[in-house]
Amino acid sequence: MAIKKFAVGCYDDEAVLFPAVEKVRNSGYKLHDVYTPFPVHGLDKALGHKETDLHVAGFIYGITGTATALGFMSWIFTSDWPLNFGGKPHFALPAFIPITFETTVLFAAVGMVLTFCYLNQIMPGVKKHVFHKRQSDDLFVVVLELNEHVSEQEAIDFLKSTGTVETSVQIAESEWWYGRFDKEEEYEKLNATV
Amino acid sequence: MNERFELPARLRTTSIVLMLVGVLVLVIGGATLLTGDHHAQTRFWIVLLQNSVFFLMMAVVSVFIQAAASLAQGGWIVAYKRVPEAIGANVWVFGAIAAVILLFIAFGLNIDGHNPIYHWTHPEGDKILEGKSAFLNKGMFAGFTIVTIALWAFFGYKFRALSLAQEKAPTNSTKIYWTMVKWSAGFLLVYALTQMSTTPWMWLMSIDAHWYSTMFSWYTFGSAFVSGMALILLFVLSLKNHGYMQLVTKEHTHDLGKWMFAFSIFWTYVWFAQYMLIWYGNIPEETTYFKIRQQGPYGLIWYSVFIINFVVPILVLMSRPSKRNYFTVTFMALAIIFGHWLDFYIISMPGPMGADWTLSWYELGVFAGFAGLLMFVVFNTLTKASLVTANHPLLKEAVLHES
Repeated sequence: MAIKKFAVGCYDDEAVLFPAVEKVRNSGYKLHDVYTPFPVHGLDKALGHKETDLHVAGFIYGITGTATALGFMSWIFTSDWPLNFGGKPHFALPAFIPITFETTVLFAAVGMVLTFCYLNQIMPGVKKHVFHKRQSDDLFVVVLELNEHVSEQEAIDFLKSTGTVETSVQIAESEWWYGRFDKEEEYEKLNATV
Repeated sequence: MNERFELPARLRTTSIVLMLVGVLVLVIGGATLLTGDHHAQTRFWIVLLQNSVFFLMMAVVSVFIQAAASLAQGGWIVAYKRVPEAIGANVWVFGAIAAVILLFIAFGLNIDGHNPIYHWTHPEGDKILEGKSAFLNKGMFAGFTIVTIALWAFFGYKFRALSLAQEKAPTNSTKIYWTMVKWSAGFLLVYALTQMSTTPWMWLMSIDAHWYSTMFSWYTFGSAFVSGMALILLFVLSLKNHGYMQLVTKEHTHDLGKWMFAFSIFWTYVWFAQYMLIWYGNIPEETTYFKIRQQGPYGLIWYSVFIINFVVPILVLMSRPSKRNYFTVTFMALAIIFGHWLDFYIISMPGPMGADWTLSWYELGVFAGFAGLLMFVVFNTLTKASLVTANHPLLKEAVLHES
């Protein structure tokens, strides 16, 4: 939870966005984030994002699912409640495999979706500040984080020099929050002061 | 761009030495096994059957992947398209060998009055085989074998011919590209009706003629496909190793690695599904197939196949860096090809050989001979045209490919 001041620059063209991102990264300004209406190929590389460890997390979730299913079924059918199914052994490994497989997939899938949501700060019911309403329509929005040592005017001028079609300065919550109406109103007031 | 491949002396020597090993083993095998008892004679033929069918099916995968990529308009394969083309254009070599061996076994093999490999050639007095004889008879066998192999060889040749014609076509012409799409659709139909459904019943499943499984063809297709992709990868990396195929980057080998990874799992899925249903059903006439393979004398090979073809690929090829490492993918490609060769071994051996199986000089020698022949013919075909499909409409996409 941190209220911060941001300089926002909007672009209407991918071809302008890429050099602009390059300039921002070289300028020394702190890049908060870039919002695009659709996944832009190569933008992650332009932003210098490293590959996440999401797949390692997925592997761990999957293994957890395997262990859960195998362990649970083995325990039930060998010690907790052994039943005779058509003369099959109590520890009927081949019969456990389909369920183990499904559980592995389920754990990996659900776990990875939730981890992905957490990493991207998206989740049903939580809110994030929207810097420009058209960021989900036809504008590419680059957001710089400002502090007391940075001049707003200089940041805006810098953004303008990279080819923006629209710029603004906003004070906003930088993290996600659980959406409540009273809090929303506070934000509205806060933003209106700029 | 024009990149001519000249066969390095070392590769030529290796392939010729491997072929000589194969011929030598065949001669010694002919001298010792064919003059031995019926068990030794059976061994001579069943090993030839296993190897010829395995190499034929593995080679045809190259034709299939061209057709699939062409229909899906996949661009990335174009960077190394000459390799599957060269393998596909040589399908006729392995097809001819397989046809001779298969037809001889079905028609000519007669040891002490019966056929030790294809029992169904003499169904008299056997109710089950008599019931199957409308499909499983010599005429149908010959028909399926000849038609299948002729079609595979034709399409393999045709795809390469189309691709070479594209080189001479005017720049930016897409006429041949769309012709290729039409032929590809035709081949997928042929492939679906042969490899994916009927032909493996004739060639491999009929070795255990009393037993049947509806998943069998998918299972052999899984084997063939994963080893076929491994084979393409081996040729691509071998060319890269000699300084050719500069357009092929880690992005492409990464995707070939993904194919090997994904289809190792696909193979295991079908392999296990077939096993589990029979295990659960527990009907004696079905379980005999697995009794000898899993719990009987073939147990060691059975579990080795599972480890080499599933446990190792899934653990080694899962991570991204390992698929982008030339050493790891080469090692895994070799392991997968050997593992699926073992899989074909365990498909074909127990029926005619019973509990007395051997995996020694003859089996490995014949394998080496086939491998040498494959290397020799494919590398020779590769020297005949530029390694870059310069005029292909999707070449740029292939070069820019990011996995």
